[in-house]
Amino acid sequence: QGKFTLLRDSRTDGSFLVHHFLSFYLRAGCKVCFLALVQSFSHYNIVAQKLGVSLTAAKERGQLVFLEGLKSCLDLVFGEEEQSGQPSPLQFISGSVSNLKDLFDFVRTSLTPSDSDSWKGRVLLVDDLSVLLSLGAAPVDVLDFIHYCRMVVCSQLKGNIVVLVHGNEDSEDEENKLVVTSLCHHSNLILWVEGLATGFCKDVHGEIKIIKRLSLESTEQDVIQIYQYKIQDKNVTFFARGLSAAVL
Amino acid sequence: EEDKYGVYSNLLFKYFLAEGVVCGHDLFIASAQDPPANILKELPAPLLDNFKTEQVEATATKSEDCQDSMQIAWRYQNVPKVETSPTTSIKFGHYYDVSKKMSPELLQSIKWHSFFLPDEMPLEPKLKMCNMNSGYARLLQSIQSVIYQEGFDGSHPQKKQKNILRIGIQSLGSLLWDDDICSTNSPEDIHSLTKFLYVLRGLLRKSLSACIITMPSHLIENKAIMERVTNLSDVVVGLESFIGSERETNLLYKDYHGLLHVHQIPRLNSLICDVSDTKDLAFRLKRKQFTIERLHLPPDLSDTVSRSSKQDLAESAKLLSSGCGAMAIGKKHLDF
Repeated sequence: QGKFTLLRDSRTDGSFLVHHFLSFYLRAGCKVCFLALVQSFSHYNIVAQKLGVSLTAAKERGQLVFLEGLKSCLDLVFGEEEQSGQPSPLQFISGSVSNLKDLFDFVRTSLTPSDSDSWKGRVLLVDDLSVLLSLGAAPVDVLDFIHYCRMVVCSQLKGNIVVLVHGNEDSEDEENKLVVTSLCHHSNLILWVEGLATGFCKDVHGEIKIIKRLSLESTEQDVIQIYQYKIQDKNVTFFARGLSAAVL
Repeated sequence: EEDKYGVYSNLLFKYFLAEGVVCGHDLFIASAQDPPANILKELPAPLLDNFKTEQVEATATKSEDCQDSMQIAWRYQNVPKVETSPTTSIKFGHYYDVSKKMSPELLQSIKWHSFFLPDEMPLEPKLKMCNMNSGYARLLQSIQSVIYQEGFDGSHPQKKQKNILRIGIQSLGSLLWDDDICSTNSPEDIHSLTKFLYVLRGLLRKSLSACIITMPSHLIENKAIMERVTNLSDVVVGLESFIGSERETNLLYKDYHGLLHVHQIPRLNSLICDVSDTKDLAFRLKRKQFTIERLHLPPDLSDTVSRSSKQDLAESAKLLSSGCGAMAIGKKHLDF
């Protein structure tokens, strides 16, 4: 509880981890606020169904608050002036404000407990954070947003945050590198997914490095574990390096 | 990603549109340099005309099944292959003869929309558009109004026949679109292009459309932009032609005109994606045909990569070499 998990992918697509955490927390009975910034609702729904969870049902019973970023952006860009007087969570795209406060307010109102709900925990899930930079947010605004979310979700509400970022080591995107490095320093758990250095392989899709921070304050060594994985239609199998089923 | 002189990328761009004509899709052509009407006139002629009606039925039923399939395909290689025997069940795409132009009758059979930047009125100042470059903003508005008015997003349910909109955007990001990312290392506004792509992605996701964009990425010095652009796309393919490069004389490449790099493939509606076995693809333009083949050694052996796709989510390289013409490739990303 109160943990910040960073999902990071390099040279491959780490979104399978997002699908996993989404269905995991929903099955565990937590209330989830999902900022789905890069894909449509139906994409996540179809995959979640394969993993045994219905996002539509979760939305209906109030367990899942889903921000469909693409749709929200369209409403902002092509929609009429907002009638309700409430700014869009993605208001920063229009350039009228430069920070992500509206997005933070959205997260806060979604996860603040009301009298009627009895969910076992609160979770904020973001897919993905790097796209905010592409939409014009400055790195410092992105980091401020995450900071405020941590205050509310992790410290106040004792919930968890899981965020996906893209981060190649040889990337030339300095802004993104800044965000990723900063987040790495403040995460309790980092799941770093990388494509194999030797190139694509049918049986091993990539390698995952699990870095557990024992304590953010002290200088104790992090615990690092490395596995390789293969993604299947409904499942992902993990195995020790070099021990893929294809090899044995 | 365009090749250096845009020769081959333009060809693939036309293939994408030509396939749309033959399938009876609507087209939307946007460009800042060649007038869309000219582009349309230069589409290659299909080889077998009587495939068209069957294909239209097949596509119509498929689009019924899937409400939300849309993609941004950059450089999507859509050189389709055809089974000459009518008994095969998998049928995607058609063959084209690049030495001939498509007949005007065939062009008239479809509806097409165009956006030619030099002809467009400048954006009214009160229309906010997220501080985006006005050419891009205007294009987005145009696309959005076509999608809405023609009902590609389901907004006119009384239209019985659902159709697909194929959008082609030529040389996005170039100087002609009033964007300086191709001409300087520190452009004035690095976010216009990525914002444009994000909004476009939203439009495509909520309508029955697919889009191909060609970009002169070799001119973009700020590599961060291309990384972001890649992350915002479903498919990214780069063409590297051998014209004027030292590879032209390399024996390994003597049969080919260039290399095809697959940078990204879509992973939609599923945990997994279909990835082909090989990433070494080369292309060549013969008099009548453009083919993409797996680069292999020694050159006179041929391999076949067969791909059966239940997912239809990735492109593949299929090499058939035979005397009567090698064919290639692409998996039709519109097979919903």
